[in-house]
Amino acid sequence: MQFGLSDEQEMIVSTVRSFVENEIYPHEAEVERTGHVPRELGEEIKRKCLDLGFYACNFPEEVGGAGLSHLDFTLVERELGRGSMALTHFFGRPQNILMACDAEQRERYLLPAVRGERMDALAMTEPDAGSDVRGMKCTARREGGDWIVNGSKHFISGAEHADFFIVFIATGVDETPKGPKKRITTFLVDRGTPGFEVREGYNSVSHKGYKNCILDFDNCRLPDAQVLGEVDGGFEVMNTWLYATRLTVAAFCVGRARRCFDLALDYAAERKQFGQPIGKFQGVSFQIADMITEIDAADWLTLAAAWRLDEGLPANREIASAKLYASEMLARVTDRTLQIFGGMGLMDDFPVERFWRDARVERIWDGTSEIQRHIISRDLLRPLGA
Amino acid sequence: MGENAMKVLVPVKRVIDYNVKVRVKADGSGVDLANVKMSMNPFDEIAVEEAIRLKEAGMAEEVVAVSIGVKQAQETLRTALAMGADRAILVVAADDVHQDIEPLAVAKILAKIVEEEQPQLVMAGKQAIDNDMNATGQMLSALLGWSQATFASEVKVEGDNAVVTREVDGGLQTIKVKMPAIVTVDLRLNEPRYASLPNIMKAKKKPLDEKTAEDYGVDVSPRLEVVKTTEPEARKAGEMVPDVDTLVAKLKEKGVV
Repeated sequence: MQFGLSDEQEMIVSTVRSFVENEIYPHEAEVERTGHVPRELGEEIKRKCLDLGFYACNFPEEVGGAGLSHLDFTLVERELGRGSMALTHFFGRPQNILMACDAEQRERYLLPAVRGERMDALAMTEPDAGSDVRGMKCTARREGGDWIVNGSKHFISGAEHADFFIVFIATGVDETPKGPKKRITTFLVDRGTPGFEVREGYNSVSHKGYKNCILDFDNCRLPDAQVLGEVDGGFEVMNTWLYATRLTVAAFCVGRARRCFDLALDYAAERKQFGQPIGKFQGVSFQIADMITEIDAADWLTLAAAWRLDEGLPANREIASAKLYASEMLARVTDRTLQIFGGMGLMDDFPVERFWRDARVERIWDGTSEIQRHIISRDLLRPLGA
Repeated sequence: MGENAMKVLVPVKRVIDYNVKVRVKADGSGVDLANVKMSMNPFDEIAVEEAIRLKEAGMAEEVVAVSIGVKQAQETLRTALAMGADRAILVVAADDVHQDIEPLAVAKILAKIVEEEQPQLVMAGKQAIDNDMNATGQMLSALLGWSQATFASEVKVEGDNAVVTREVDGGLQTIKVKMPAIVTVDLRLNEPRYASLPNIMKAKKKPLDEKTAEDYGVDVSPRLEVVKTTEPEARKAGEMVPDVDTLVAKLKEKGVV
């Protein structure tokens, strides 16, 4: 067992943290107020990140990435979690699902994404297909050797700045003893494709400026060349590549919780009531103790899950545990911090109310807490026949 | 490589991170450094940056970082290497993180390293933020008999000379010193870069020589005795006044105006 970071890992952590503190923090209040990231600012963050060689650092070296291990990349995500997601979005981490591109798609999608020339977004969720992915109504049918797509997707993060989309679409139905089961195919869809429209989504209280959009397909024609992976192989593509996004949520939560905790700790030491710092009252000091204990626990759970991926060990349950625990931990830490700040915590003079709002979505997206518990419990009970 | 290509030696010190709230040890012998985040002295970071810029401009051939202190200063040197220094020398001179190696001892060891390495320029931070001695560069200059230019806010290499703009009381002074020379750098000289990811990965492969103070025959035992260390006096609470007249009256009363 070895719990320390290597010199390289220490430097990665300290570089990303400095980057977030110097290049992201100063713009957060403005993004929060306007709910928008000016294009120039996003491009500037992207350019700096490219210069530092951190852009697409989650990709292997042979396609132009930095080839970081899962553990190293998790440390990067953890430090980025401190900053506004609307802004750190430009510290590009394209979806690693793009590694499923074929030779020709590599040139059009994967390589430009790694070089920061084209940004991607992933589209799965629909109004009637949230946790129930197979419930999707967005459908593609064959016509003259092409695919004709109809339907819509919503809650699509990163869509505002995306040049192309990785979209999961139903391409048929299988009759099974348990009833009909949809076949899913993954498509690459360029912005501007006729019959495909990206429009403004809803206003979320979490991660303002990191907009969610609605995608509409109206008889949108896509050739076979746009299929990522195999036709009807959407679930294989998903299972091969999407597990890691849950780990990034866990890492985000740990980083954000540490930033929030530092505010709580300082406030508990400085704020005086009844003639002494409020940290002298057990009602506050014990909250501090619980917070750091839970943050450390979530941190280790997350890093251990990433380490398992690097070791090639089964990690599905461990990733689910990390995502579940870290997102619920963040909810408690932001809530307790707000309580320590009292009324001031609700005011936008401090970022605490924002952290509290942002935290709420972490228990919902990339698999709700309930879905994570389902994954964890199935992993344990299914082998026992229960 | 230009005809002026030279070697630059950059001494870097491992100090308590500037973001850390320092705490005085209970016995008053110094500040608590155990389990505290340590980083490269910010002025030294500026010196490393400047040396790397000289190299990028083709004015320097090699940048060598050196640190004198505890073994953990290796991390500080790795940071210098990740920023772009070519190699590093670690001189282990203490086991206890609380033992500060005094400027004269540091200058003596640096003088020996200069003899070995033969740099044309030593680029150092003007002072370390832990004890603010502001002495090592000057002492090294005296030991070597080299020119010195302190508090640099601009450095230009012109032939065998360094043209250095210094931040002095009341303005800027530009001087020309013959190299080899010691330049100590001030805050406004440059903004140090972040270590890039490829350079972080390369840093480990760059050479880092480990030496001891004995290797250079320098006695590092303290010559100064720390009598007492105390927290700065807490700021006294202000006083609210109802209007400008009262303010002026109060200021007069205190003899300020």
